[in-house]
Amino acid sequence: MSTLLELSGVSVSFDGFKAINNLAFQIGEPEMRAIIGPNGAGKTTFMDIITGKTKPDEGRVIWGEKNINLIGKSESHIAREGIGRKFQKPTVFEAQTVRENLAMALKNPRGPFDVLFYKKSANGAARIEALAEQINLTEQLPRIAGELSHGQKQWLEIGMLLAQDPRLLLVDEPAAGMSPFEREKTTEILVEAAKTRAVVVVEHDMEFVRRLNCKVTVLHEGSVLAEGSLDHVTQNPEVIDVYLGR
Amino acid sequence: MQKSFIAQNPSVLWFLASLGLFTLIVTILSEATGVGLISTSFVKTLGKVLCLCLIAIAMDVIWGYCGILSLGHFAFFGIGGYAVGMWLMYERTENIVLQSLAERSIPPTPDEVTEAIATQIFGVVGSSEFPAIWAFSHSLTLQLFMVILVPGILALVFGWLAFRSRVAGVYLSILTQAMTLALSLYLFQNASGLRGNNGLSGLQNIPGYEAVPQSVISIAFFWASAMALALGYVLFARVLTGKMGSVIRAIRDDEARVRFLGYHVESYKLFVFTLTAVVSGIAGALYYPQAGIINPAEIAPIASIYLAVWVAIGGRGRLYGAVIGTAFVSLLSSWFTGGGAPNVNLSFYTIQWTEWWLVLLGVSFVAVTLFFPGGIGALFDRFKKERS
Repeated sequence: MSTLLELSGVSVSFDGFKAINNLAFQIGEPEMRAIIGPNGAGKTTFMDIITGKTKPDEGRVIWGEKNINLIGKSESHIAREGIGRKFQKPTVFEAQTVRENLAMALKNPRGPFDVLFYKKSANGAARIEALAEQINLTEQLPRIAGELSHGQKQWLEIGMLLAQDPRLLLVDEPAAGMSPFEREKTTEILVEAAKTRAVVVVEHDMEFVRRLNCKVTVLHEGSVLAEGSLDHVTQNPEVIDVYLGR
Repeated sequence: MQKSFIAQNPSVLWFLASLGLFTLIVTILSEATGVGLISTSFVKTLGKVLCLCLIAIAMDVIWGYCGILSLGHFAFFGIGGYAVGMWLMYERTENIVLQSLAERSIPPTPDEVTEAIATQIFGVVGSSEFPAIWAFSHSLTLQLFMVILVPGILALVFGWLAFRSRVAGVYLSILTQAMTLALSLYLFQNASGLRGNNGLSGLQNIPGYEAVPQSVISIAFFWASAMALALGYVLFARVLTGKMGSVIRAIRDDEARVRFLGYHVESYKLFVFTLTAVVSGIAGALYYPQAGIINPAEIAPIASIYLAVWVAIGGRGRLYGAVIGTAFVSLLSSWFTGGGAPNVNLSFYTIQWTEWWLVLLGVSFVAVTLFFPGGIGALFDRFKKERS
């Protein structure tokens, strides 16, 4: 397992409030990692920094074998480097069909002219079918995404993430608002994905984190408070104090 | 698996057939064939409406599909008109000047000819020299290049600056308004070199075809406009089909999400903005020879706002909707403002439609936006659904 992404000394503040404070973080490939922490711990800002939405005030974000510095790169460039992101609120393109949503996410050249002269291929169609199977939406392919249930939208978004074929998946609260069956299925999809890629899951739900059965990083006030197995961190007195004890 | 372009867009075929039929009927009934049921001036009106439909589908692509409410596309339309107008005016004036100078006993030097043409054209603004921007006005080919190049480059530079800074939504609309207003104000100045508020006139007289009656010329331009609209429609339908259309609509609905999928949203916006600007320029180049005159008032911000009203009433996000809305509203507008509608006498007040038409238009715009967001085009959607 080699290091895929490394953050060191990253800080960012908004109007004087330090959202991220001298944060250090590493993830290898393949690896599954869960990030927990109380509200305002900086979980979303952490993802914003990696995906290029927020520029940190200081620190380094180093990616891949070539040690590329991701700071200052555009969101689309970082996405093309192989970092996919799933938002807390399911964001799929509701006016378009499930198939169109997946086709847009498929890993292909992204320039306007590449897309304009893009020819549908049997290969791409097969890939969409396979993805739909994986996220349980085969029947729903021709449907408008806006008609899907909340859980199905979450899956579609995960499917779009997988379609991008990223090396690192950032997943924000995937189990929010899901039924027990849907949670189980989601766990399966994520665990499967983590066999070949790096997956970072931000989650509030301890039961869900336990099922992922992976290393856990606890964030508090913008920096790492503890890291290790779930049992290890939940016995840490500091963690109990700031998070679990409340 | 791979469906043909037409199979994916049955409406394109319907549109082309209707447009072809319409063109044929108008031609047969025009004065050019001797039937004369449709007057030459009305043929010109219809030809102009077709050009407006062309810029309207461009507006629909940028606004209805890509979600960018540009309120400056008439600037590109005007530039197209000016570019063609410069050649028309230069060439016609040159012919007249050469004719009158030919009667002199001593043949004129080229400098004398140039000065005589310049005096003819720029006398109204007190000048007798050609400004630098008229350098290519002697060549139709070069001016036709300008029809495409100038709106294209302006859109590219303006769009690059605006989109790169992530200017979006209402701020972008204001910026585009400022662009067309600035251009209009600049052209109003005599020093702009385009005859200030006089604009360019006499554009309906096509050099070299003085002997051809206007009834025939009007039909020629009517056909050219119909052809341009057909090509523009097919071009945009092609761009909006398949994955490109998917990405463009996705940018309208959630551009941040599109970025995280790895698409460089700014490039796509710039592509759509520039393409629609170029088409608008072509529409303008066909419009103004039929109108006969172009002046800076044509590209005042209000023109681009009308454009948005037409598209909204016709139905955003449907190319045929933009065509229907534009044809319907602009023809109705010329009926009302041309005194075609009878005044309503309410005993205590007389509604004069020439003045009240704008109020009616404004109220219908608000009503459509609030109660029928799909516009007139949505009626066709219902028909389509019932059939399938």
